[in-house]
Amino acid sequence: MIRTVVEKILARASGRSGVTAGDVVEPRVDLAMSHENAALVIHQFSEIYRGTGLDMRVWDPSRITIIFDHRTPAESAKTATNQKKVRAFVGEQRIDKFHDIRGDRGGICHQILPEYGYVRPGQVVVGTDSHTTTHGALGAFAFGIGATEMAAVWALGTALNVEVPGTIKVILRGRFAARVCAKDAILHLIGQISAEGANFRVIEFHGDAVDRMPTSGRLVLCNMAMEAGATSGIVPADEETRRYLREEAGVSDDIECVRPDEDASYERSIEIDVSDLSPQIACPHRVDNVKSVDAVEGVKVDQIVIGSCTNGRLDDLAIAAGILRGRKVAASTRLLVFPASWRVYQAALKEGYLSDLAESGATILNAGCGCCLGVHQGALGDGEVALSTTNRNFQGRMGNPDSEVYLCSPAVAAASAIAGAIADPRKAG
Amino acid sequence: MKLGDDVSTDIIYPGRFMATVLPAETPRHAFADIPQFNSRLLKKEIAPGSVIVAGKNFGCGSSREQAVSALKGHELVVAAKSFARIFLQNAVNLGLKTVACPGIEASEGDEVELTVGQGCPVPNASDSENSRREFSPVRVGGGHVINHSTGGRFDLIPLPRPRQEIMDAGGLIPYARVRLLKRPKII
Ligand code: SF4
Repeated sequence: MIRTVVEKILARASGRSGVTAGDVVEPRVDLAMSHENAALVIHQFSEIYRGTGLDMRVWDPSRITIIFDHRTPAESAKTATNQKKVRAFVGEQRIDKFHDIRGDRGGICHQILPEYGYVRPGQVVVGTDSHTTTHGALGAFAFGIGATEMAAVWALGTALNVEVPGTIKVILRGRFAARVCAKDAILHLIGQISAEGANFRVIEFHGDAVDRMPTSGRLVLCNMAMEAGATSGIVPADEETRRYLREEAGVSDDIECVRPDEDASYERSIEIDVSDLSPQIACPHRVDNVKSVDAVEGVKVDQIVIGSCTNGRLDDLAIAAGILRGRKVAASTRLLVFPASWRVYQAALKEGYLSDLAESGATILNAGCGCCLGVHQGALGDGEVALSTTNRNFQGRMGNPDSEVYLCSPAVAAASAIAGAIADPRKAG
Repeated sequence: MKLGDDVSTDIIYPGRFMATVLPAETPRHAFADIPQFNSRLLKKEIAPGSVIVAGKNFGCGSSREQAVSALKGHELVVAAKSFARIFLQNAVNLGLKTVACPGIEASEGDEVELTVGQGCPVPNASDSENSRREFSPVRVGGGHVINHSTGGRFDLIPLPRPRQEIMDAGGLIPYARVRLLKRPKII
């Protein structure tokens, strides 16, 4: 049978010879990820066990990972108490893949999973976070679920009632111009197909631009596939996936790449030539309200944010530092930088990126989700405008419904920090 | 309450209240950033069983289950043209009544009536041929919304069978409990 990547992964994980889009399967789960919302998962997990007389045990502690990232260090007593409960549970259940608030192994869940080699091609990965789609960058089928569904996974080791999604093939061709990157390509795609364009579907990425793209860029594509409503994004694993896992994640065991069949059937195919793509901006309050930078150049911004599970990686900080080195952040704006993990933080420190950024006037925050979801640091004032390398600009996303958020690449963010207004990085020198 | 397209989980349940997790405590933050609506909910001016009529892609964004438990706590029903995947799945799992009704039109204050099969089928937001195959034949008939104020009548997309099973079990917790008890003992 001719299959897409997701069909192959789900057939294998459900012990079937083949599945097609629309089938309902119960795949075994290879990795189950939660962050602070593990507190709710634990509550629902104990509800499942209530009255059964069974000893409360997760199905396989080695396949569960919990990472504190959304509110680190805790911003309130309530969060701190939730984190305390999760820590106790992790100890009782002997969950080793636990990442507490620590400068040696902490960070955003969607950075920690690739960085520590927890995700491998061909796996089924679930996470209580919508951007779990990110891990499709390593050739896994990774999707977001709710806390109650995760509680069922912890108990049973399978995901219940998974409908095999249809697949949309996206082909990125050509070479990116200087200072145009994966973020611009995915923003452009979302603008084309809308925030609902891939709802209940998987986006499989292909094309020579993807083949040449390092894993860090593929993570951006799959991270933001969520914003087109996709169940997941996926880049079929290849030599680059192997290289990343071996060199950057320190994996030494066998890596098997699951590839789609040549003539697999796709619901839809979309081709984008990235060679004439300009920097793209998602304008308030919709991720699919995407414009070329020239249409919004000059819009004044009060706060610029570089970070998150989308663009807080080492190469993102390198780009920003390269543009800001020896220059100053405009007095009319403030630049906040939060690296995606402490490993990224330390590497950026060694490379000198953090000092370049700090000397230009950036405020360097701790690794984690920071102000991305508006609960921790960096809230916006009434009527303020932010420009951010994060992935969502829904009204109220950065903690204030009376504010506006524009989304962009790290290059646009850095160039705009100098200008104090949205600027085209291709002109920044 | 009438809402447009792409109502995000940040609108239904803003991220800053995510440290509140227990279903008993989340309803107070439902639509916190639309203060008039939130205060009417808290003052119980909106009767249980009231229907939120929304456009396409309701519940897009985060996987936070609070967005579902908050609405369920007020015993609201959501009728939308379509739902975002994770929100719909969470609604099935927690038993929030949601109906996908692609043609629905209503204004605030209209009297709408939902007629569905046994239980409260939660339809699939996807209208592809593939999902249609999975419909349980018993429940296909009779699903519609009538807007008594305008005379409009709109068909529902019924729930795929596996989701119906979870609804019939009373939600994912009892469903998973049964599965757990059936599981072969590991020695
Ligand atoms: S950085 Fe933002 S989008 Fe990413 S996991 Fe954290 S809160 Fe979610």
